[in-house]
Amino acid sequence: MKAIDILTTAIGNSFRSRLRTTLTVIAIFIGAFTLTITNGLGTGINQYIDTQLASIGAADIVTVTKPVAATTTTTGPKPYTANGPTEVSGGGAPGSTVLALTDSDITAIGKVAGVTAVEPQVAIRTDYIEYGTNGKFQLSAVGEGAGVRIQLAAGSQFTSGTTSLEIILPTSYIDTLGFSSNKDAVGKTVTIGITNAAGEQTTLDATLVGVQDATLFGANPSFNPALSTALYDAQKVGQPATATSTYSSATAHIDPNATKSQVADVKAALVDAGYAGTTVADRIGTFQTVIDGIILVLNAFAIIALLAAGFGIINTLLMSVQERTREIGLMKAMGMSGGRIFALFSTEAVFIGFLGSAIGAGIAMLVGGVISRVLARGLLKDLAGLQILSFTPSSIATVLLLVMGIAFVAAVLPASRAARQSPIDSLRYE
Amino acid sequence: MTGTVLSTRNLTKQYGSGSARFDALKGVSIDIAEGESVAIVGKSGSGKSTLMHILALLDTPSSGEVTVDGTDAAKLRGARLNTLRNRTFGFVFQQFFLTPNTSVLDNVMLPLKIARIGGRERKRLALEALETLELSDKARSKATDLSGGQKQRVVIARALVNNPRIIFADEPTGNLDTATGAVVEDLLFELNAKQGITLVIVTHDEELAARASRRIYLRDGRVVDAADVHAPAGTAVGA
Ligand SMILES: Nc1ncnc2c1ncn2[C@@H]1O[C@H](COP(=O)(O)OP(=O)(O)OP(=O)(O)O)[C@@H](O)[C@H]1O
Ligand SMILES: [Mg+2]
Repeated sequence: MKAIDILTTAIGNSFRSRLRTTLTVIAIFIGAFTLTITNGLGTGINQYIDTQLASIGAADIVTVTKPVAATTTTTGPKPYTANGPTEVSGGGAPGSTVLALTDSDITAIGKVAGVTAVEPQVAIRTDYIEYGTNGKFQLSAVGEGAGVRIQLAAGSQFTSGTTSLEIILPTSYIDTLGFSSNKDAVGKTVTIGITNAAGEQTTLDATLVGVQDATLFGANPSFNPALSTALYDAQKVGQPATATSTYSSATAHIDPNATKSQVADVKAALVDAGYAGTTVADRIGTFQTVIDGIILVLNAFAIIALLAAGFGIINTLLMSVQERTREIGLMKAMGMSGGRIFALFSTEAVFIGFLGSAIGAGIAMLVGGVISRVLARGLLKDLAGLQILSFTPSSIATVLLLVMGIAFVAAVLPASRAARQSPIDSLRYE
Repeated sequence: MTGTVLSTRNLTKQYGSGSARFDALKGVSIDIAEGESVAIVGKSGSGKSTLMHILALLDTPSSGEVTVDGTDAAKLRGARLNTLRNRTFGFVFQQFFLTPNTSVLDNVMLPLKIARIGGRERKRLALEALETLELSDKARSKATDLSGGQKQRVVIARALVNNPRIIFADEPTGNLDTATGAVVEDLLFELNAKQGITLVIVTHDEELAARASRRIYLRDGRVVDAADVHAPAGTAVGA
């Protein structure tokens, strides 16, 4: 038999016992459907995280903190010494305590091999933000280093290297401040109020260059470096000259083209110098590991369903071989080789697998698309750009190939039994 | 047309072993010439089907040898054996062995499909064979929907569709009434006479056997003279 004849005959044979084929296809369908959905969930979430990655920080930035020595964290607060280091919370891992960085620390970090530039993370306490005369609203923002990409609903990223004062606001501010739309807000000037060390309130004007989408990690107003510096300077006015500045963390810049191992080297050098460095990838990495773990467990359930379906295929084929004992004998008597009989039955199984997985994946994509859209408008409305179920051609192809592979393995026993049958025993079979 | 196509020497065939051992053939030596029509005659259980299956290389003897066109059949394996089965032999089995739920045409095309003949050519040859057996109008019917006589004719169409040199027919009229049986017999002998196809017919029907050019009588696994076939058996005859 030619390959094409084997294919068409196998397809024809699978439809000869329609009920049995249908039931097996349903079993495979369930497994393939589940696997496609769980895969889609993994892809959707990870794709979203990837787009978010850019918004929390650039790849060339290492957040540097000064960890408290391990022994001191478990034994309560350290005794106060006049010129000793100050403990500050935050900046490192949640719940951990780090030591405040001083200007000398900043200089030391700048000298660490691989660090091209360093800037302290200054604490800016602004009072309010106002657009026109539409009322004053609280503002707590983060300063963003150059090169940070923010996921925008409107407008553009910060102009690089500019000295003009720029701000990016999340979508939630737009209405409140009195803009009619995201687009309308872009390019407008807002006023920021800040109280200096002497207790006087001053104001600064900044240009609203972009509107930020809500993200998985929340959304905060962001200042460009020029605005951060200007606000910090305004805040310092009236501060006694003797006062030393302290910072909870510093932002170290490294070569943007640094490889993973180079980044690791910089981190190791920071540790040697008594600091701890975390990159954005580190922070996202732990998050992604958790997600991947969950998806893995879900996938495992789907695979178990598919294995069960595999036994369904074995059963179906064994019955099929039994039922067609005479037909097999006849084909052998007519000169069909064992190999081709094997091919005929395994093709039938693979076809059943294909049918189940194609229908399963197809319906999963339809259902997933609807669920995604409904969730995007409802529960996950605030996370713009999150397509909770996302299907890539390669993951669909993987599901199809995997199921067809399982079907083929399931066919080995029945098909080789058919292939080994002697023509005469089959023909005498009652 | 006179060469020997099939010959056997001291064929034996045993089924089972120990106390359940049964000798179905006990040393059979026969020769079949090209273009002959041979009837293998004997009572039920005498070993006719067993002998035919060994002649057609569907089964292997316990001892003795089978020669096809001068080649020792024991040496034929794999692809060569399959080609021989496919191209040289045509089978009409004791039962019809039609594939249910497929069309008459599909059933007749099966040997051609196995022979890897292309779709169009396959259809042409199958329709031609059906025409010979006056079944053209049934080509699209389901094989299982035909009458017994029609089924047997489909089986014959299937046996001759790839133009074999030898047709083996095991009780070709066993399942048919006398009238239909006669039609089928005529067909087979016509193929033998007109196309020179060697015919090996297994039967217990004396009338059918009489139409063959030669008869081989079997009793309890041995070739005997015509007169001895109906003599009381010395041993128990299988069912
Ligand atoms: N697979 C087998 N195992 C055991 N015994 C067998 C087997 N096949 C055939 N036999 C025995 O061999 C003997 C010959 O069988 P065979 O089928 O050749 O008979 P036959 O002459 O064709 O009979 P019938 O006219 O009824 O078809 C019988 O007694 C049968 O019981
Ligand atoms: Mg018989």
